[in-house]
Amino acid sequence: MQDDVVIRVIAKVMIPAVMLFALYVQFHGDYGPGGGFQAGVIFAAAFVLNAMIFGLNRGRHVWPAGLNLLAICAGVLLYGLTGIASILLGANYLDYDVLGATPQSGQHIGILLVEFGVGLTVASVMVALFFTFAGRLTHIRLMAKMQVHEEADQRKAKRQSESKKKRARK
Amino acid sequence: HDFAFVPAFLAFATAAMLAVAVADLPVFGDVNAPIHNHVAPDYLQGSAEDIAIPNVVTSVLASYRGFDTLGETVVVFTAAIAVLLVLGGWTRRKGDGEDDNAR
Repeated sequence: MQDDVVIRVIAKVMIPAVMLFALYVQFHGDYGPGGGFQAGVIFAAAFVLNAMIFGLNRGRHVWPAGLNLLAICAGVLLYGLTGIASILLGANYLDYDVLGATPQSGQHIGILLVEFGVGLTVASVMVALFFTFAGRLTHIRLMAKMQVHEEADQRKAKRQSESKKKRARK
Repeated sequence: HDFAFVPAFLAFATAAMLAVAVADLPVFGDVNAPIHNHVAPDYLQGSAEDIAIPNVVTSVLASYRGFDTLGETVVVFTAAIAVLLVLGGWTRRKGDGEDDNAR
């Protein structure tokens, strides 16, 4: 699709806007509709759009698989460690009251951290799923090609051994 | 196969039980339904004071029900790990050859 000027230009304009909107949904979740799950999916949509327009390899280049795996784990870890932090400060697991000066500001900090963890995990999981499934296509094509070559090699070897046998009989 | 009917039977039995249970559900939007009288009033009334953020949905999701949301995040995490293990090229057999695109 990279040959289509209209799609390419519109995508270049839209991708930053999509990412910015994702950040808005993420960090405005305390005040309006939004939160980590929605923001993560919107953020991942920017990367999916990028990969659809400019190709899988360039998509992988901007968000490498190793970094992605790290981000998947980091999100869950951030969530879990927020809970551990409240234990260390003397409250129950995931009780954010103790994280700030007042219970309310503690709740604010806790919710912000937890939602960020969710957003990080969801975004990178969506990107990982897209790249994994989209990557299957080249893999399947490659496997099919390899099978065709293999069968041709086998046929060739069979023919050679048969002609050898014929020669031996002569 | 002799046991081919079992999945269909289970599916229909479950559907039948659910259909019977639907008749017992409270009327849609009923104020006296149990779900509106258990913890929901506490959340709605306490949210402004306890959490002090305007969005009650977020305060329930991330604070009152933080454990649930942790579980949901782990579900998403597990799904990704499973997909990456099955399709991500981490379990490549010997002799499959190098294929960086599979990852």
